[in-house]
Amino acid sequence: MKISLLLGVALVMCLTVTAQVDSTLFKRTQRDTSKLLLNMDAVYNRPFLSVSKLPVAVGGYVEANWQHLGTDGVSEGHQFQMRRLTLFIASSISRRIKFLSEIEFEDGTKEINIEFASVDFEFHPLLNFRGGIVMNPIGAFNQNHDGPKWEFIDRPISATQLLPATWSNVGFGLYGKLYKDNWVYAYETYLTNGFDDQIISNSENKTFLPASKLNKDRFEESFNGVPLLTAKVALRNKKIGELGLSYMGGVYNKFQEDGLVLDEKRRHHSWALDFNTVIAATKTYLNTEWVFNKVDVPSTYGQQYGDKQMGGFLDVVQPIVRQNIFGFDRSVINAVCRFEYVDWNVGEFAETGEDIAEYVVAVVPGISWRPTSKTVIRLNCRYNWQTDLFGNPASKTAGFQVGFSSYF
Amino acid sequence: MNRRIVFIGLVLLVACEEFQPKAPADYDLLDGPVEGLNEAENIQFLLGDVAFNDEVFTSANGLGPLFVGTSCGSCHPGDGKGHPFTTLTRFGQTDENGNQYLNVGGPQLQHRAVPGFTPEAIPQNATFSRFTPPANTGLGFIDAVSDAEILAWADPDDSDGDGISGVPNWINLKEYLTERQNSVTQNGKYIGRFGKKGATYNLLQQTATAYNQDIGITSSFEPVDTHSGFVFDPEVSNQTINDVVFYLKTLKAPAPRPGSNSIMEGKQLFTTIGCSKCHRPEMKTGNSTIAAISNKVFYPYSDLLLHDMGTVLDDGYTEGSAKTYEWRTPPLWGLGLSKNSQGGQYFLMHDGRARNIEEAILLHGGEGIQSRGNYEALTAEEKTKLIRFLESL
Repeated sequence: MKISLLLGVALVMCLTVTAQVDSTLFKRTQRDTSKLLLNMDAVYNRPFLSVSKLPVAVGGYVEANWQHLGTDGVSEGHQFQMRRLTLFIASSISRRIKFLSEIEFEDGTKEINIEFASVDFEFHPLLNFRGGIVMNPIGAFNQNHDGPKWEFIDRPISATQLLPATWSNVGFGLYGKLYKDNWVYAYETYLTNGFDDQIISNSENKTFLPASKLNKDRFEESFNGVPLLTAKVALRNKKIGELGLSYMGGVYNKFQEDGLVLDEKRRHHSWALDFNTVIAATKTYLNTEWVFNKVDVPSTYGQQYGDKQMGGFLDVVQPIVRQNIFGFDRSVINAVCRFEYVDWNVGEFAETGEDIAEYVVAVVPGISWRPTSKTVIRLNCRYNWQTDLFGNPASKTAGFQVGFSSYF
Repeated sequence: MNRRIVFIGLVLLVACEEFQPKAPADYDLLDGPVEGLNEAENIQFLLGDVAFNDEVFTSANGLGPLFVGTSCGSCHPGDGKGHPFTTLTRFGQTDENGNQYLNVGGPQLQHRAVPGFTPEAIPQNATFSRFTPPANTGLGFIDAVSDAEILAWADPDDSDGDGISGVPNWINLKEYLTERQNSVTQNGKYIGRFGKKGATYNLLQQTATAYNQDIGITSSFEPVDTHSGFVFDPEVSNQTINDVVFYLKTLKAPAPRPGSNSIMEGKQLFTTIGCSKCHRPEMKTGNSTIAAISNKVFYPYSDLLLHDMGTVLDDGYTEGSAKTYEWRTPPLWGLGLSKNSQGGQYFLMHDGRARNIEEAILLHGGEGIQSRGNYEALTAEEKTKLIRFLESL
């Protein structure tokens, strides 16, 4: 029995070793990742590597950078950062049942997350069921966040500080698409575990939805038993571009435990509007997303935790050179610029009636070079102005970032 | 083409240091350490800086449940004066016989609460005062002044007949405090020197009380929870409190901005009209274990004494042995930088009611009434010079 088992293992190992050595057995599923399809397609619109006829494909991306930033004359000097290593595994269980997972290592191994691990069942193009760890479809960036798809080293501030990109949870939902002439209509809706009271009780000292990412228990149990609803509708016209409107909301606090009432139910709502297009005449790519949050903060808690937030970004990407550079055929160099604005606390002080001024404005011009569509080398020049709650003189941060991001 | 790309990239990289924002001039900032700290002191300063400015309290690490602010730095942005949003309220004491409302939340109102809890309200009939958080800079110099130096300017009976007395606030020493070298006592009471009423003895008391009364954080020094009244385990360590005390002691004194002739004339007017009788320009520290603040001359523009400020500023609330109409002379150093921590505007006097420097001068009554009258008699040009001088501090 033991001998049979050992022989079996040896046979499997031999086959595996042969497969690894014979690179002709690898087949790369080519995707042009520089062109966005619908944002909701992003999880599958990735280059995967499949082996022979195995129904499993693997892939991933990596991004690293150097930066030298300074704030009001104080700099932390030269910083080398390994921001992300992400691994994908996809499998076609049957023709209409698929599995995809995404495991991410951020900042080395500081954060290790299963960002996506779900099984999709297609009953009809308009009716697909997805369950597992899903990415809540709030805004476009959360759905379509792979580093190699972006010309900027930093993720948008609104996507990571107003929304908690990348935000995923355990749950189930439906999605579907309808193609008609030049149009694509799509929807997604999920019920998942949600946020917790860290969004108004955190070391940022501000209303901060991403604080709930610290709650790793959310993959095991809901903080308060109330599902988080996330829903998105999107439409795309081949000539005009894609427009998405999304909502995410639920109850964030623990209002009862063991049958005892602790507080009233406190709700939060997020709305996001996203749009992307290519101006045909100039080949200029525009991508924007705007977010509005509304959070029920107890009036006796203090206004440093704002009940309204808003902000967004606009990316402008202008191809300026398309030619062979350093031997890379069809290289593209882009001039890029991101404009960002985030107001963490929209409102007025009860004491003075004056504006609560906790906002940041950023401009990030840069250059990106895409030797291939799967790889981007980026040089960004960041400049941002950030004020505190009271609107005191803004602290100014500026500096350079150089890095790469590539699928593999 | 390829060479051009490499060249542009290199130029941008070399330019990065130049591109970054420059530090503001030293005299434009309130925060930063006093010159002359040694390496070990620098390390402790940084620890205190982090605890003071970066540590935010939440329910998870002890906030409240009743509180005024969530961190030290949120009430003293950039180590400067606070804003009406962070102004605190104290109530319940009308004379030197102590606070009559200690059993109903006195002396300090915690007007905010974590979810599920109800904040305090001022009891009916209790008189109260609102206190705008002061700037922190230079506190170590004030702490290092000897009692004798303070008493040198006291004139309780107005023996020089200038209409200005100046008395210390005699206070009881908290049991966890150690008295200063060469302390002067009166009927077992000690000289207070911090706070709007001068009712706080030193920076340890100031820090431990602020953690407790402002943030709802208990310590081994102030172990009683402000909500329940029970003794709690310490929610902040002695080490952290000591680091914060050290940080406050070693914050630099505000440096005056470079002066023009008109500012120097304004300085002269400041003395001529009598402001400097209470806003004492110069003091000297005594011995300190921190060499950088030991035996140094400094310029706080305060005598650290209590003065009758008249009925307009009498809120009917007091602390220690001060009368309700008596206030400790606030140091004027850093006055011109107050706007940088108060949202670009002034909130002056003890409760922020004065919206500019002139308004603050005109609120002076009692012992300050003669100087106020002298100010009112100045020409418009002279008034401008005086205010420019005050803004240069």
